[in-house]
Amino acid sequence: MSDHAKPLGGRICTPTFLICLLVVGIALYFAGKRFLYGIGSVTNMNDGFPWGLWIAYDVVVGTAFACGGYVMALMVYILNRGEFHPLVRPALLASMFGYTLAGISVFLDIGRYLNVYNLYLPWQMNFHSVMFEVAMCIGTYIFVLWLEFTPAFVERWQLKNFEKRLNRVIFALIALGVLLPTMHQSSLGTMMLMAGYKLSPLWHTSTLPLLFLLTALFMGFAMVVFEATISSRVYRLGDETSILAQIGRIMSWILAIYLLIRFQNIFMRGEMGTAFSGSFLGNMFLLENLMLLIGLFLLASARYRTNPRLLFIAALAVLIGGSLFRFNTYIIGFDPGTGWKYFPSVGEQMITYGLIAFEIAAYTLFVKVFPVFSASHAADANQ
Amino acid sequence: MKMKRRDFLKGAAGSLALLTLDGKVVDARSVEALPPHALGILYDSTLCVGCNACMAACKEANQMVPEASNGQKLWDNPRDLSAQTLNIIKKYSSGSGIHKDQDQDGYAFIKRQCLHCVDPSCVTACPVSALTKDKETGIVGYNRDACIGCRYCQVACPYNIPKFEWDDPYPEIVKCQLCSHLVAKGGISACCSVCPTGASLFGPVAELLEETRRRLQMKPGRQYDFPVSSIDSGKSHRFKAPRYIRQVYGREELGGTQVMYMSAVPFERFGLPSFPKESFVSMASGIQYAIYKGMVYPLVVLAGLVFMVKKNKNSEEADENTPPTDQGAHHE
Ligand code: SF4
Ligand code: SF4
Ligand code: SF4
Repeated sequence: MSDHAKPLGGRICTPTFLICLLVVGIALYFAGKRFLYGIGSVTNMNDGFPWGLWIAYDVVVGTAFACGGYVMALMVYILNRGEFHPLVRPALLASMFGYTLAGISVFLDIGRYLNVYNLYLPWQMNFHSVMFEVAMCIGTYIFVLWLEFTPAFVERWQLKNFEKRLNRVIFALIALGVLLPTMHQSSLGTMMLMAGYKLSPLWHTSTLPLLFLLTALFMGFAMVVFEATISSRVYRLGDETSILAQIGRIMSWILAIYLLIRFQNIFMRGEMGTAFSGSFLGNMFLLENLMLLIGLFLLASARYRTNPRLLFIAALAVLIGGSLFRFNTYIIGFDPGTGWKYFPSVGEQMITYGLIAFEIAAYTLFVKVFPVFSASHAADANQ
Repeated sequence: MKMKRRDFLKGAAGSLALLTLDGKVVDARSVEALPPHALGILYDSTLCVGCNACMAACKEANQMVPEASNGQKLWDNPRDLSAQTLNIIKKYSSGSGIHKDQDQDGYAFIKRQCLHCVDPSCVTACPVSALTKDKETGIVGYNRDACIGCRYCQVACPYNIPKFEWDDPYPEIVKCQLCSHLVAKGGISACCSVCPTGASLFGPVAELLEETRRRLQMKPGRQYDFPVSSIDSGKSHRFKAPRYIRQVYGREELGGTQVMYMSAVPFERFGLPSFPKESFVSMASGIQYAIYKGMVYPLVVLAGLVFMVKKNKNSEEADENTPPTDQGAHHE
């Protein structure tokens, strides 16, 4: 392979970039309000719904979107599928920002942010707590992602000495980059087991950890397809359909296994009736799985998945279905029972939009300044 | 604090031992047992007259401000437990609502507060051990200096007890701590000490359980002595025994609680769910334990992953005639 990742160059202050900055600005206003007047002044979270959009979207869905780096590292370095190599760095970049912003969102969300150091005091650590494990894993993984991405900085700035030192530990970093998401993505499922009867039986099952891991995998792959399709359009990188279709094929297998487990589990627990009862929650369950079925249908056929447009639609359906599953588990299927209601407030939503906008802006900036895309990787894929 | 540190060392030593025991892992976590000197409250709905003296006393003992839900600022009139209300007397009423302790056309009171679970979800949930269960008294206490405000305790508590100061820029979790500050000075909880009828009765859980057995054996309609304030206060009142529901709420629910309820109307009427004996805690952390076995498995997996990455990466780099400036990790 002769492809070297190169900075794309070009104008940074595009209209998209400026709009993103504007949204970030609005989000900053609400963030300031939150720190001055409390979480209640900005959000609609309450004692019945202690977790809202910030946890459900920014962390639980957002980190699944950011699993592209994880799945690509898994493919290339563990399963030795070198042909996907050109996709690793762009995926890693998106993951890096996805996770970093999830971390920032957590910082806004937790009330007593100055106390976070307690997570690192051995005598305060609670090894029984799933939250502890998730917090530690995500915290460490953000750090690992930045280090995994450093080769791009190294190349850009020709940091020879640092490069030598980095190369000695890079194996461990990549391995951690595979282990940590496996752990915390499944633990995000374990987390809601504690909610007990408050979570609808359509989502409360001891299989949650496995379901969360599988959603992380196929959402990670779907995100790689989604991003690659958009960037190859925007940055005119050439046609990548053939390599992306291969990803589509892998995705179809994971989706099939997931849906099998999901329905088998609902059936075994005798909840099929609830699922088809026509109730709101039943319909949410059906909608979530319908999206995934559409994805599976399109991806399972070689003819459909080699069509760039259908492949993109399939990735989109999978992303929506996976997000719905995670939203349903954290908010929609959750009912504390005492008449509490929750819908995210404007300020709450603005902060989430701000984080997404920041992610886009930072991504576009980085691909122009740092070597991320290999200009010729389309050719490689077609070899 | 000391306890915790020792626990941690024990845990660390334990995982080292595990590594040498080739896979023989100590069994997953078992349901916690009642601590030796567990303290609690027995709330008897049939004795409660709804005077709300306990609510006022609780606020005073814990420096909380009165709340008004009806627009008037004169009376403390909270709607539910909140960041300013650790204890509330709620009323169930049905139909014409005139007969006390009757399911139909009747009414009854219930006291809501932290139940000080034997196997508390909130304690298991808390990542930084800000919520702890006292090894002696079993009181579930809160340490604001450790709490990071993640609110997992709120998600986890099956009784929706912990509340959060949503309007405070640096909020705390608030819940009843069984007046541990008064207990430490040899006293009893404020709510029980002011209760005029003995509906809220303080005491060691073992003795309170004994008392529930005595009450369940009473003949409805006959006169009996009911202790007031605390079970060993020596003070008592004479009342007619009611027709109790044959169940003490908190005896077994999710592993049991140290605050227990007796009533003449079914507990579901008060919004108290009927729970299995096994707690959700043991389910969640059981799974967590099976997967991680004290972090030994992840370490083994990590070693395997490092090996594979190294192998795959080396073979890949050998395939390429890498230019000298270009040994970056993800790069060829
Ligand atoms: S009732 Fe809730 S807050 Fe109280 S000890 Fe039990 S789990 Fe914790
Ligand atoms: S909010 Fe505080 S007390 Fe509750 S689980 Fe989080 S750190 Fe622990
Ligand atoms: S024990 Fe103390 S804090 Fe708890 S309800 Fe009674 S008075 Fe309030």
